[in-house]
Amino acid sequence: MSEEVRVIPCIICPVGCTINVTMKDGKVESVKGNTCKRGEVYAKTEVLTPSRTLTSTVKVRTKEGIKPVSVRTEKPIPKDLLFKAMKELNSVELDAPVKVGDVVIHNILNTGVNLIATSNIK
Amino acid sequence: MVKTDLLVIGGGPAGLAAAISAYDAGIRDIIVIDREEQPGGILKQCIHNGFGLHVFNEELSGPEYAWRFIEKANERNIDVRCETMAIDMTPDKVVTVVNVNDGQYKIKAKAIVLGMGCRERTRGALNIPGERPAGVYTAGAAQKFVNVEGYMPGKSVVILGSGDIGLIMARRMTLEGANVKMVCEVMPYSSGLKRNIVQCLDDFGIPLKLSTTVIRVHGTDRVKGVTIAKVDDNRNPIPGTEEYVECDTLLLSVGLIPENELAKSANIALDPITGGAIVNEYLETSVPGIFAAGNILHVHDLVDNVTAEATSAGYNAALYIKDNRPKSSTTLKTVRGDCVRYVVPQKVELPLSEDQNKKQRFYLRVDNIYKNVRLIVESDGKILYNIKKIAVAPGEMEHVDIPFKTLNELSSDIIFRIEKQEK
Repeated sequence: MSEEVRVIPCIICPVGCTINVTMKDGKVESVKGNTCKRGEVYAKTEVLTPSRTLTSTVKVRTKEGIKPVSVRTEKPIPKDLLFKAMKELNSVELDAPVKVGDVVIHNILNTGVNLIATSNIK
Repeated sequence: MVKTDLLVIGGGPAGLAAAISAYDAGIRDIIVIDREEQPGGILKQCIHNGFGLHVFNEELSGPEYAWRFIEKANERNIDVRCETMAIDMTPDKVVTVVNVNDGQYKIKAKAIVLGMGCRERTRGALNIPGERPAGVYTAGAAQKFVNVEGYMPGKSVVILGSGDIGLIMARRMTLEGANVKMVCEVMPYSSGLKRNIVQCLDDFGIPLKLSTTVIRVHGTDRVKGVTIAKVDDNRNPIPGTEEYVECDTLLLSVGLIPENELAKSANIALDPITGGAIVNEYLETSVPGIFAAGNILHVHDLVDNVTAEATSAGYNAALYIKDNRPKSSTTLKTVRGDCVRYVVPQKVELPLSEDQNKKQRFYLRVDNIYKNVRLIVESDGKILYNIKKIAVAPGEMEHVDIPFKTLNELSSDIIFRIEKQEK
C-alpha cells in the first residue's frame, strides 16, 4: 500500500491553483487544492496519462542542400516518449517538395499518432 | 512612383489579415510588402503549437497558422512583394521601398496599414557588463537558427528572461540535446504563460530562478559562463548572492519593442508606454489614413488577437479609402486608472454610426498580479462595465467589449481600472 502526493500546478486558467493529487497503488485517491471541476480533470490526466504535442524539425534534401522543415504530432503523445520520438525524427530525411499536412512518420512509436509537416519546402 | 489604394507594410499575421480584410471589404488595389523571403512574419519560426485556438478552434503551429492566411491572400491574388523593405514614410503616405531587383522606388497609397511587428531587446538595452564573446543571442535569433536555418547556437545554455519566447526556447534547445541550466527572471514572477512554465520548464526539470539576473558575461572568444545574482525589490543585484554558472550560450528573452522607425519618420504620435502609435477606435494613427495593428501597436500574447485587431484595421482602412466614415464630432480619451498599465485604443471618436448593437473592443494590460478583483470601466461616474476577475496578470492581456450605443451616449473620458476587493 504505497501512497504518494503529486503536486500539479494547474494551467487551465490564470488562477493557477496548486493541486495535490494523492495516489494509492497507481490510482487517484483524492484531488485537493483545485477551485473548479476543470482543474480536477486536468490534474487527473496529468497524473495518469500526461501527454504533449511534440513539435520539431526534420531534414529535407533540396536543390540548395539540406533544409529543416517544421513538423508536429497530429495529437499529443505520451510525455515520456518525447525524447524517443526526437531520436526517430533525427533519423528522417525527406526529399523536397514537402507540403503543409504531409505525413512524415506514420504512427510514430506505435502511438497511433502521425507526425505531419507544418511548413512548405520547395 | 507606384500608386495603390492600400499599402500594407509587413506580411506577418497582422499585415496579411489586414490585406485580406480590406480586400473582402471591396478594395482591390492592395500591395503588401515584406522584407523577408517569405510572408508569415515571426510565425515562420514559431514551430511550437498553440496558435489558432480562438480563430480556428484548433491548435496549430505558427507556420500552419501563417499558411492559412498566405493561402487566403493568394486566393485573392493580393500583390505580396517579398524581400522588399520600407525605408521611409511621409505623412502624405508616400513610402520609399527598396529591393534587390527593382532598386529603390516610391509607393503612394490612399491608406496604409502598419504591421511591422516588434524586434527584440538586446544585450545593449540591458547593459550587462563583461566581455563581448560569441554565444550571446536573443531568444528569437536562436529560434530562427534552430527552426529555420537548422543550426544549434550552443550546447550549454542559460536563459535570461522568462517571457514566452525564452520558455519556448528552453524546451526547444533541450529537445535538440542542449543542456539548459536555468532560466533567470529579474521580476518576482514570470511574464510567461503558466502553460509554458509547466510544459517547457517543469517537464524537463529546468529551474526557474525568480528575482535573479545575469550581472556579468565571461569569456573572450566564446561565452565560458555567466555570473548571476539575486536582486532586491528595486531590481538591484544583492552583494554576496553572486554565483558563477558555466555555459557556452546566453539567450536573452527580455522584452519586445514595436519597430516604429517608419511611424516616427511620418511624424506619427507614439504612446510612450506601449511603444506603438496612439490610435482611435478605427486603429488609425495621428496621421489620417495610416492605421496600425498587431505587435507594432502593442505587444500581444496571442496571435489570434493580432488577427482580430488587424482584420478590424484592414476593414477601417477600406472605409477610409471609400470615404465612408462618419465625421467625428467628439473625441474621448481612454484613461488608465488604478492598476492598469495601458489601454488601446487610446481615444474614441464619436459618433460610431454603424449598427448600434456592434461592440467596440478595448485591450488593456494590468501592472501587476492581482487576485479577486473587479475590472471596471466608467465615464462621468457611470459604470459601463463591471466584471469580477479571479486573477489578472501583466502577461495576460485583458479585453473589454462595449456596445456602440453605450459609447455614443458618453461625453467624458473613459476610465479603465482594477478595483481590489475589500477583505
